[in-house]
Amino acid sequence: MRALLARDLRLGVRAGGGFGLGLAFFLIVTVLVPFGVGPETALLARIAPGVLWIGALLACLLSLDRILALDWEDGSLDLLATAPLPIEGVVSIKALAHWITTGLPLVLAAPLLGVLLNLAPDGYLWVLVSLAVGTPALSVIGTFGAALTIGLKRGGLLLSLLVLPLYVPTLIFGAEVARRGADGLDVATPLMLLAGISFGAMALLPFASAAVLRINLR
Amino acid sequence: MSLWEYANPVKFIRTTDVVLPWVSGLAVLCLTVGLIWGFFFTPEDYRQGSTVKIIYLHVPAALMAINAWIMMLIASMIWIIRRHHVSALAARAAAPVGAVMTVIALATGALWGQPMWGTWWVWDPRLTSFLILFLFYLGYIALWSAIEDDDTAADLTSILCLVGSVFALLSRYAVNFWNQGLHQGASLSLDKEENVADVFYHPLLLSIAGFVLLFVALVFLRTQTEIRARRTRALIAREQQG
Repeated sequence: MRALLARDLRLGVRAGGGFGLGLAFFLIVTVLVPFGVGPETALLARIAPGVLWIGALLACLLSLDRILALDWEDGSLDLLATAPLPIEGVVSIKALAHWITTGLPLVLAAPLLGVLLNLAPDGYLWVLVSLAVGTPALSVIGTFGAALTIGLKRGGLLLSLLVLPLYVPTLIFGAEVARRGADGLDVATPLMLLAGISFGAMALLPFASAAVLRINLR
Repeated sequence: MSLWEYANPVKFIRTTDVVLPWVSGLAVLCLTVGLIWGFFFTPEDYRQGSTVKIIYLHVPAALMAINAWIMMLIASMIWIIRRHHVSALAARAAAPVGAVMTVIALATGALWGQPMWGTWWVWDPRLTSFLILFLFYLGYIALWSAIEDDDTAADLTSILCLVGSVFALLSRYAVNFWNQGLHQGASLSLDKEENVADVFYHPLLLSIAGFVLLFVALVFLRTQTEIRARRTRALIAREQQG
């Protein structure tokens, strides 16, 4: 498992892996928002937590098809499936690698981009925390979507259609934590619900992803 | 004699051929009587005026939108566990019907909301969760049509249906948390002493029955079509080989 994780991380970070692409996309989305809604700082401060969450979510979505597609194309997924490691394990590792290469940089970059959007001072910590708790769920759910659409030629668009509705609860609670944090309100309830979704997805979805992958590799 | 006999496509087609005219006839009857009674022979609500009559379309459509998804969930589980093809095809057949029901519920709701709430759309929990349900229907239908191999498509969509149900339920409660509602509570329930007043209640029950029968008829019809289309494809394939 560790070898697989190291391999995926190396492939993700080195040239051609598209590492940093998600970050750049996140930056661009955040820069585009003020162009769209106008530069008033009060307005930007109000929508900043939500914009950061949506930006991170879209950046995450953009990189989903890379989780499994490359391994599917060159056939290494078939080898992984016949390896002694259970497919559930493979899928979890893939999701973890995706989170480390995409989710974690987004989490760390979000407070910096918060400056651009005039985020309230109290908000920085909670944007960071909510994304740190929520992005693993995005990766795990995304891996499920990637496994569903793996063999399809025009899978990219379908992937978004399938995955975005699944992201709704995570987004609602995550953005709620960030917004309440920025307003200086109590964040305990939404944060606990967000953590519940995140851990629940991590515990259960790999089984669904593995089942889907087995069907696709049949 | 057991329910599983109908897993045999021939048996299914033979039975539904007999049942279908009755079900569709009853559906038409219930809908005509229920809607005409509801639209023309019930009094107007003293505050809502004639807009109250949209209830005869809105409530049954909303009910069926949810029940269609539940039916798809059950059919998907039957497919996963017992691998009866008719069940997978029935789930496939129900999806577009359910999606249309969702659209009807949303559209009639918007038409009612404009004069009553003063807006076509609010981000109310019920409205929002219906919109999300519609997105789930779209994803499900899109996945069915994107995969070429029939069995793979049936497998993948049934797992999507299972996972989607969990997330749809989560979203349902998440949006409750996220925004307070404008939509009224349930006007009908089985365990309540009093539902809406009887003058509205009886035609409403009739049109609900009509929608249920219509749904059943459409699902039977679409499943039959699907079975026949599949048989045709198999025959053509055999022809080309031979």
